[in-house]
Amino acid sequence: MFNFGIWTSEFNNFLLGFLPEWLTVVVECVLIAVLVLLTYTVLALFYILYERKLCAWFQCRLGPMRVGKWGLLQVFADMFKILIKELISLKDTDRFLFKLAPYIIITSSVVMLACLPWGNGLQIIDYNIGIFFILAVSSIGVLGILLAGWSSNNKYTLIGAMRSGAQMISYEISLGLAMITIIVLAGTMNINQLVWEQDSAWFIFRGHIPAIIAFLIYIVAATAETNRGPFDLPEAEHELVAGYHTEYSGIHFGFFYLAEYLNLFIVSGIASLMFLGGWMPFHIPGWDGFNHVMDWIPSIVWFLGKSFFISYIIIWFKWTFPRVRIDQMLAFEWKYLMPLSLLNLVLMAVCVALGWHF
Amino acid sequence: MSDIKEKISQICPSATFTEGETLMVTVEEKDWYPLAKALKETKGLEFDVCSAVVGMDWKDSFGVIYYLTSTSRNWEIIGIKIPIPDRKDPMIHSVSDLWKVCNFQEREVYDFYGIKFINHPDMRRFFLRNDWKGHPLRKDYDADPKLNPVPTEDEKNEDDTVTYVEDEKGKVKAVKGKVFGADEYVVNIGPQHPSTHGVMRFRVSIDGENIKKLDVVSGYIHRGIEKLSESLTYPQILHFTDRMDYMSAHQNRHCLCMCIEKAMGLVVPRRAEVIRVMMDELMRISSHLLAFGCTAMDLGATTAFFYGFREREMILDIFEKTCGARMSMNYNVIGGVIADIHPDFVKDVKELIRIMPDRLKEYHKVFSGNIIAMNRLKGVGILPKKDAINYCITGPSGRGSDWSCDCRKKHPYSIYPELKFDEVLLDGCDSYSRYMVRMKEIEQSCRILEQLVDQIPEGDIRAQVPKIVKLPVGCWYQQVEASRGTFGVYIESDGTKNPYRVHFQSPCFNLVGVMDLTTRGHMIADVITICAALDFVIPDIDR
Repeated sequence: MFNFGIWTSEFNNFLLGFLPEWLTVVVECVLIAVLVLLTYTVLALFYILYERKLCAWFQCRLGPMRVGKWGLLQVFADMFKILIKELISLKDTDRFLFKLAPYIIITSSVVMLACLPWGNGLQIIDYNIGIFFILAVSSIGVLGILLAGWSSNNKYTLIGAMRSGAQMISYEISLGLAMITIIVLAGTMNINQLVWEQDSAWFIFRGHIPAIIAFLIYIVAATAETNRGPFDLPEAEHELVAGYHTEYSGIHFGFFYLAEYLNLFIVSGIASLMFLGGWMPFHIPGWDGFNHVMDWIPSIVWFLGKSFFISYIIIWFKWTFPRVRIDQMLAFEWKYLMPLSLLNLVLMAVCVALGWHF
Repeated sequence: MSDIKEKISQICPSATFTEGETLMVTVEEKDWYPLAKALKETKGLEFDVCSAVVGMDWKDSFGVIYYLTSTSRNWEIIGIKIPIPDRKDPMIHSVSDLWKVCNFQEREVYDFYGIKFINHPDMRRFFLRNDWKGHPLRKDYDADPKLNPVPTEDEKNEDDTVTYVEDEKGKVKAVKGKVFGADEYVVNIGPQHPSTHGVMRFRVSIDGENIKKLDVVSGYIHRGIEKLSESLTYPQILHFTDRMDYMSAHQNRHCLCMCIEKAMGLVVPRRAEVIRVMMDELMRISSHLLAFGCTAMDLGATTAFFYGFREREMILDIFEKTCGARMSMNYNVIGGVIADIHPDFVKDVKELIRIMPDRLKEYHKVFSGNIIAMNRLKGVGILPKKDAINYCITGPSGRGSDWSCDCRKKHPYSIYPELKFDEVLLDGCDSYSRYMVRMKEIEQSCRILEQLVDQIPEGDIRAQVPKIVKLPVGCWYQQVEASRGTFGVYIESDGTKNPYRVHFQSPCFNLVGVMDLTTRGHMIADVITICAALDFVIPDIDR
């Protein structure tokens, strides 16, 4: 399996050849930051097109077709449009918080993006408590939404923010419990080690029944975390116009929009990391020839492929299911999903303790 | 008929009777309220439905005409005429406590004629702005634009309302009230809102997510159709009907044409009748498909919306080929239809009938059977049968409350008596029942089309109509079953080529009247669900 770490360490040595050590670190940090932001934008653009084309397909339509071949350039046109839009400033808003909110949201999702294992040796932040860090950072996003709803001084945004606060805090519990279930199986919170643990087989196969239950819980909770249908109540456009970001315009609105798509990618990326082996190719223990062929496919392709597949599922049910109501949504979490994930955690612990896993 | 006269004479000896197409009873204002109470509550009369309220200005006096229907007397309909001689300060007793539907109806009359209703709980204008000067349907109304210039300032939110209360001595005094309390959290839904399906505005007082009260603010696209009609000739007023409930354009226009034909004594050729009924049913399918799509979309299921529109497109294509337009078809005319059907008509309709059963199954698979959709629709917006009758909620919404109110069965018109179809009734009384009634009515409409598509007779498409249409002196009331309920047209003629008074009794006007009743205690999201399941069309309310 090709290790991208070879390239990065060679580049590091190359820089050290003519720069002092502190400057090397600075240059590398700047390069990484540029790279992350670039990836962020490109991925967001890809996701916007991806969702538009997919939903068009579900709805017997063609989707964007005019700009470029099959409408491939449509998203670029949209991006430039949103960049040149006026930022409308409103009367009676809390200006500082109003402007701060989109940056909080985008920061939290950029940081999460940096934690993902892109490929063998392609990882930016690798703590020993990596998963814990991701969970912590993801909660900052809620703050941005609450601030946006509060500072806009609008009744719709306030209701949207209220809903999203209730929703995200509730579903974070199930999300965390589903992840802890896998951590119990893996015995580590380090992202790199998590991937290597799945060398023999992915966790969803190794942990069999509890892992599959955890996967389903994760997908539901992640959909709620990203405010996507059927849990898109905070921005339910048929009830609250646009929910918490009703009053935003121009690129500030664009930040919410980008973050929403990127969060979709991030939760899919985490799902592929926790359940489907991250960048680890599909391995079947004992089938060495087959495993070797799988290794020929670059690890970054595996990671992106898995993430896009999970995103596909999430997009699919967004465009199929109606929206749930706030009381139904909270009842679902607190009465069904959370007890189930607690039970599942116990089940996994028993399995691990008795060695009933692969 | 005769026993009604007897019974009314017993209750109110001074009543006079005019025999027309329906019995018209004229009573004095002081006898009106006791008579109304007796008509509703006396055994053997039981006029439990108030079908229409028409304000009138007979130049020497004002007046109100109530059309009452008795469901227990085989849907017999009578008109009650109450003249109000006092032109300075016209007043009449409100019957909104007997028939709840009169709450909004009487506000409309107050708005147009300035007739004050004593004991009405909420005597505000309904369509026009609160600062509007004059009452436009009065015959002596001054239409000078200087009086009511185009406003350059926003209308203030006025929470003031008034009730006219009568004391023992018969003196009437105004008691001021408030619509919302000062400490209530009031959220606007509308006038520009994605889910009100038009420019409708609800002011909603909420407690967290729960609705405490809902106030309907209407009139944002009021066009004064009734006022306009008074200065136009009969053929000229036809096109207004397509622009009220644009999803029942054919039925509405059918109704107005029938009313005029009835007054003229015109016989419509058989071919035209068949074509009219087929168009009515196509329109009904198209309307219910839109209702399906919008319900799905309002609940967040965007894909189902496109499925509904895919089939609706076929119907619009049929309309386009025959009528030359996809909306506002202007197809029915006095005496028949304006143009013959397109050569492809029969083929296209057969194709539609062929595919519909499968497509309906698909809708149920993608939306109706979905657990989230069921949870959102079931038990939401409960409207018991007695309230449906009292608020005169006709059409699919009424039938979802198990009220048999199909005008095609109760007051059969055109060729409907010859056709075999079932009236769909469900007893859930909630949004889910209303939604399912629509889906099942699509099947019934297909059944009607199936019976007619091979039976379109040869012949004229139009009767011979005089160049200038004049109606004899008198008044007529005609009802049809439009897509959303019973649509009524009242015409009063003074013998000239212009109508003296035209009133359109639109079903959506009554539908919006139950919004407050059905939404109370529910959540914000349910307002949208209830709107979608009641399925009102705003231009039909505002006219």
